[in-house]
Amino acid sequence: MKKILASLFVAAMMSGAPAAHAVRPDEIMKDPAKEARARDLSRELRCMVCQNQSIDDSDAPLARDLRLLVRERIASGDSDKQVIDFLVARYGEFVLLKPRLSPHTLLLWLLPPLALVGGGLALWVFGRRRSSAGRATDPSLLHLTEEEEARLERLLAAEAPDKS
Amino acid sequence: MIAEAGHYALVLALGLALIQSTVPILGARWSDHALMNVARSTALAQLLFVGCSFTALTMLHVVSDFSVVNVFENSHSMKPLLYKITGVWGNHEGSMLLWVLILALFGGLVAAFGNNLPLSLRAHVLAVQGWIAAAFYLFILVTSNPFLRIATPPIEGRDLNPVLQDIGLAVHPPMLYLGYVGFSISFSFAVAALIEGRIDAAWARWVRPWTLMAWIFLTLGIAMGSYWAYYELGWGGWWFWDPVENASLMPWLAGTALLHSAVVMEKRNALKVWTILLSILTFSLSLLGTFLVRSGVLTSVHAFATDPARGVFILLILCLFIGGSLSLYAWRASTLKQGGLFAPISREGALVLNNLFLTTACATVFIGTLYPLGLEVLTGDKISVGAPFFNLTFGPLFVPLLLAVPFGPLLAWKRGDLFGAAQRLMAAGVTALVAVAVLWAWIHGGATLAPLAIGLAVFVIAGALTDLAERAGLFRVALASAIARARGFPRATWGTAFAHAGVGIALIGIVCETTWNSEYIGMMKPSDVANVAGYQLKLDDIAQRQGPNFREMIAQFTVSRDGETIQVMTPSKRNFTTRSSSTTEAALLTRGASQLYISLGDTNADGAIAVRIYHKPLVLLIWWGPVLMAFGGLLSLSDRRLRVGAPKPAKAARALQPAE
Repeated sequence: MKKILASLFVAAMMSGAPAAHAVRPDEIMKDPAKEARARDLSRELRCMVCQNQSIDDSDAPLARDLRLLVRERIASGDSDKQVIDFLVARYGEFVLLKPRLSPHTLLLWLLPPLALVGGGLALWVFGRRRSSAGRATDPSLLHLTEEEEARLERLLAAEAPDKS
Repeated sequence: MIAEAGHYALVLALGLALIQSTVPILGARWSDHALMNVARSTALAQLLFVGCSFTALTMLHVVSDFSVVNVFENSHSMKPLLYKITGVWGNHEGSMLLWVLILALFGGLVAAFGNNLPLSLRAHVLAVQGWIAAAFYLFILVTSNPFLRIATPPIEGRDLNPVLQDIGLAVHPPMLYLGYVGFSISFSFAVAALIEGRIDAAWARWVRPWTLMAWIFLTLGIAMGSYWAYYELGWGGWWFWDPVENASLMPWLAGTALLHSAVVMEKRNALKVWTILLSILTFSLSLLGTFLVRSGVLTSVHAFATDPARGVFILLILCLFIGGSLSLYAWRASTLKQGGLFAPISREGALVLNNLFLTTACATVFIGTLYPLGLEVLTGDKISVGAPFFNLTFGPLFVPLLLAVPFGPLLAWKRGDLFGAAQRLMAAGVTALVAVAVLWAWIHGGATLAPLAIGLAVFVIAGALTDLAERAGLFRVALASAIARARGFPRATWGTAFAHAGVGIALIGIVCETTWNSEYIGMMKPSDVANVAGYQLKLDDIAQRQGPNFREMIAQFTVSRDGETIQVMTPSKRNFTTRSSSTTEAALLTRGASQLYISLGDTNADGAIAVRIYHKPLVLLIWWGPVLMAFGGLLSLSDRRLRVGAPKPAKAARALQPAE
């Protein structure tokens, strides 16, 4: 959807959408376990010249270079963390599609849980205040009054013959 | 001549919008029926003139009048007729014209079918629509005029971006815009209610069908876009957490929340202030989406800074409408009386919980989309927020929400019985657990989360069925009378069940596709065979062919399983000469809800071709789910209660109006 929408919206800027064909056959590593690791890592890494594409999705030349680099590091025995650290040292935080928790991404990571907890808390406080206010003014608000009960009886009695 | 007529019609529409945005309000202030009724005529006339303008642009594209910049830049005389028409909105100027056309369409619908609205409410609603329309007409006329001419017309056009030359372009943007812009109606209703300082259950009943209609279109529009990306882009992805997609997802999440809170307001006269706020937020998010994709701010903050005319204009519109409506809200919301008390465990409570999770999910998408932009503007640091972030934060929010979905409809209004609901959901819960156990046994090992997620989906679907069974009294009364009862259900009951089941079905599709997707990537020569998920795909032949405005290379695969030939698949790769770019046309083979997917890459010197083959189990459920949700919405929309509209005590007064 991305490329279509992107081209819809910034059609003028796109000189042409290349055919997508990310991982090429010649890049694939012999060891399937290592290849799987490379694929998983590739999905977390951004192709820096593309619009929000991972290097696993992108077919830009840079993405291919990065994919080969990731596989090179894995082949030389790096752990996943070492590969990521290597790339971040080289290209900066921008290469990570999932930013690390650090002072300048604190708000990003904390907002979702804070919104949930804050919203829940606000609802609880609000609900308590309202129900206590409701009870203070009219303790029977959650129940029917006698008058209402009587009216209900009458209505039900009137309805009954039609039904059956 | 046609171009000038279209341009002039647009200017006239602006004039009408300006009248529509002022006169009816004065009329309402002076209680002048004639002035208030001006809104109706201007809204209809506006629709007529924008319609003319849009038709003019379409005609220019159809006859390939390359003396118009917009046609020259986005069309080609050899392009098939369908794409000449869809190409009208396949570019910035044309898509903005479609935007205002749909806005005028909704305004016209309110004018034509809003006869049961109180006159002053209708006047206010249409006036607010007039403000929005005027702002966007100005935007088009000042910064994005589609009718500009070229002094020396070229002979041939530059053609439309090949990725867009697809049937998807005919359906996806109009659907999406019907959704986006449809929420302007609930926004206008909310602002009108704030201006009038009056809001009641009848208001919610008027707003609900419009919100529902917009929601249906947005649901289908997003699903359609996702399927289009899936088959067109050639690597089988269907959701990328791209800012552009997020821009459409945010109004959808807020709109879904709005749909549910409007129910509470209609039925119980509660959550008024919140419903108003959600109406404002939903359309604000639609506007934000328009800003994000139209200003170029997403491509890079710098691109925005170097050519700021459009971006700044939309930013101004955004600030004006969001800031204005929120200020009005802060000022007037306290005048709206609260009503309808309820206990935390009740239908209302469940819907509030739904709203809490949906708005948090919306906030998550919001911050994930805008944080990188904000950070770059403030500190210059560049970070990326992509799919891994959203999967980690957005996904978990839906687990409690989906767990709660089956409980909602089973709880009573005002004060519900959670234990009773749990008892009635016992069968659904057991079904879900059995599904988890069976899956676990079947796949033994591997992904542990996937069976749990599918269990959750089964719970949601079974819960929706339980609700229907409970209402019909199935297993408690005789089958015949249960069926009779089911026939008597309001259609909204069926709608709720279908929509909720649709969520579960989509979830099954998502989990299956992401967990058990199998893939083959390799170089193939004619008569090579690839084995994927039990299917044998033999490459028969590679051929070249000439299309109307492209050349294509077609590969033919014969698909067989256990020695039995099933079908022939023909993926292709197209080269568009005018733009010197290419597209992959993936070939799809549907087996039940699963699909085989082939896309082609580059050819080698020795005649081998790079091939990507996927087997995507139950992938179609991802889109059947939303279709079912939209169908549920449609059922609710056809409910008699909404068609009849709200009771109107003012009927006698309306009869005394002067004829128009």
